[in-house]
Amino acid sequence: MKKDIVLKINGEEREVTVESRQTLLDVLRNHLGLTGTKEGCGNGNCGTCTVLIDGKAVSSCLIFAVETEGHEILTIEGLAQPGKIHPVQKSFIEEGAIQCGFCSPGMILTAKAFLDTNPHPTEAEARQAIAGNLCRCTGYDKIVRAILKVGAKTL
Amino acid sequence: MQNFEYFAPRSLPEALALLENTGQKVKILAGGTDLIAQLHAGRAQPAIIIDIKNIPELNRLGWDADKSLHIGAAVPISTVVDFPYFQQRFGMLHQGCSLIGSTRVRNRATIGGNVCNAAPSADSAPALLCLGTKAFVANSRGTRVVPMLDIFRGPGKTSLAANELLVELEIPAPPAHSAGCYLRHTPREEMDIAVVGVAAFLVLAPHSKTCQEARIALGAVAPTPIRVPTTEALLAGNSLNKELITQVAEKTAEAASPISDIRSSAEYRRELVRVLTRRALKAACVSLDIQIESGD
Repeated sequence: MKKDIVLKINGEEREVTVESRQTLLDVLRNHLGLTGTKEGCGNGNCGTCTVLIDGKAVSSCLIFAVETEGHEILTIEGLAQPGKIHPVQKSFIEEGAIQCGFCSPGMILTAKAFLDTNPHPTEAEARQAIAGNLCRCTGYDKIVRAILKVGAKTL
Repeated sequence: MQNFEYFAPRSLPEALALLENTGQKVKILAGGTDLIAQLHAGRAQPAIIIDIKNIPELNRLGWDADKSLHIGAAVPISTVVDFPYFQQRFGMLHQGCSLIGSTRVRNRATIGGNVCNAAPSADSAPALLCLGTKAFVANSRGTRVVPMLDIFRGPGKTSLAANELLVELEIPAPPAHSAGCYLRHTPREEMDIAVVGVAAFLVLAPHSKTCQEARIALGAVAPTPIRVPTTEALLAGNSLNKELITQVAEKTAEAASPISDIRSSAEYRRELVRVLTRRALKAACVSLDIQIESGD
């Protein structure tokens, strides 16, 4: 039951042959070599596998690759432009909002999708926005600071 | 995960014909946030999965002329929550829907899926029950309209037959002089399952503080989400005050039939029903400009 599908990932069309049961996470990491997207819990709880589909944050472990044909997928690899990292990435670096780094791709993409709809959030809103993403290093304060700094800079 | 055949029909007749011909081994895929987690855990092993997201009829979201709301079974919860006037007109349902899963879950999951997954703790269910929601259920021969209360049959079980598909929910406009509130208890704010959920909905007699009609619904304290007609009757026709609300909260707790499990003891759940019912009723009163003496 293999299927040939075309996925639009980070602005590029990629052809892949997948089984129906393969999650988007599995295909990203194991077929396309896009290992920036991490697997944590595998059941939607931790947020490390967050990618954006049509601009919205989703858990790639709870989506089959075959469901995503015709949609725009953005992974952490597609966030920076050549020679220029994204303002959210820059802010995370400046604030030291990265410890082991495992939650960072999911945190950064979650923050990007959030700031796209709410560019100048309050601290409470920022904390609520990342409430579904776990950082086991518990570096939440710096992550929240990094998100708020992006908002403050664009005021 | 066991492999399966994947179909993504582009019309309702196509989907219903598929269902008619495939029988028991099918699972319907909307947002997938419950189903795919169940597949990962081996708790569901369908031979066929039908993805309903490309069916136009199931993506409808809109107000009727009479201000009832139609929500297609494939519409993501985040789209409903952000829909113009949804929060103003259906505050209680907005509260329930906003508590489901996380932002990521709400970007995929649907209210139809929350209903069809039939968890006793489903956060949309108590408000849907209070609002008199109707479900439009189709098979290849036609459509039937089912009151929300008749959808739930037990944990994970609905009254839908194997050849039937939930097309949309219709939520009637709330009556004038009405307000409701949904409250739940969870240890973690996001990505957690209600230990108890309580929805309370009040309709006032015009220009008075008398309750004309009340609806109370509970989640996670019985095999299905339930209404509590005995305590709704205590409110109807009576003036809303602290004593009445305290009494109704106590009787509602007595009417619940909770179990003990990993999330809570039955005793604690019953106490939560009492406290949350009282708070939800008070909040509904505040929305109706009726001040109730404070307590806990």
